[in-house]
Amino acid sequence: MEQIFFYILAAVVLVATLLAITEGHAVHAIVYLATSFFALAGIFYLLGAPLIAVFEVIIYAGAIMVLFLFVIMMLDMGQPEKARGPSLKQWWPALLLGAIILGAMFTLFATTIPETLAGWSYTDAREFSRVLFRRYGVAVEVISLQLLFALVGALYLGRRKLP
Amino acid sequence: MIVPLTHVLILAGIIFVMGLACAIAWRSNLIMILIGIEIMLNAAMLAFVGGGAHWRLVDGQVFSLVIMALTSSEVSLALSMVVYLHRRKKTVSADEFSDMKG
Repeated sequence: MEQIFFYILAAVVLVATLLAITEGHAVHAIVYLATSFFALAGIFYLLGAPLIAVFEVIIYAGAIMVLFLFVIMMLDMGQPEKARGPSLKQWWPALLLGAIILGAMFTLFATTIPETLAGWSYTDAREFSRVLFRRYGVAVEVISLQLLFALVGALYLGRRKLP
Repeated sequence: MIVPLTHVLILAGIIFVMGLACAIAWRSNLIMILIGIEIMLNAAMLAFVGGGAHWRLVDGQVFSLVIMALTSSEVSLALSMVVYLHRRKKTVSADEFSDMKG
């Protein structure tokens, strides 16, 4: 049952991401990307990470995508029908690099297959926070400093008149 | 682990390649470059969570939380920079910002 859910959600993620990167209008791309992130949150839950799934919905689909939407609507990007996708000349290096990466990955997995442990592991909030604050306490401090720097930098860059 | 680790890693790889293609193909649009970076970081998070589920370790989820904090600060800084650049030249095309001044 969970396998079927996983593959359905994986198909949703792939289709939504493909539509997002080929969409010419930025607002439509953001909406497709929010769909993709919701499906990815479902995959995180199926992989036994409910906290990460919740954070994915709250932070990615809730905060970051809305931030993108605010900026796009604030910027007045001109006529939406004028915005068109890149031409084939701009797509081919991307397709070439992607084909190389995917080919390398498939040849790697064709030779070595990691064995899979049976059963389903589930991480609740208590275990997660124990590992986070006991073993990675320094990382939490670094994250808080980094968020403070980002706040100060965004406030400085967003001022109406720079000195 | 409900599915083999290989399938999770293949899914993460395909998402990463999509993000890379987005960032390369739309290289003249600042907003779409940022969207491509978002997609790539999501693929990295999926690989971390899949590895954590495979080896029964919580560390993968902790690292994906770190990636999430990194992404939020990166996006806030980059979008404020996009707003600043748009205020200077009234465009978000990356080709317009090829000159450095001061």
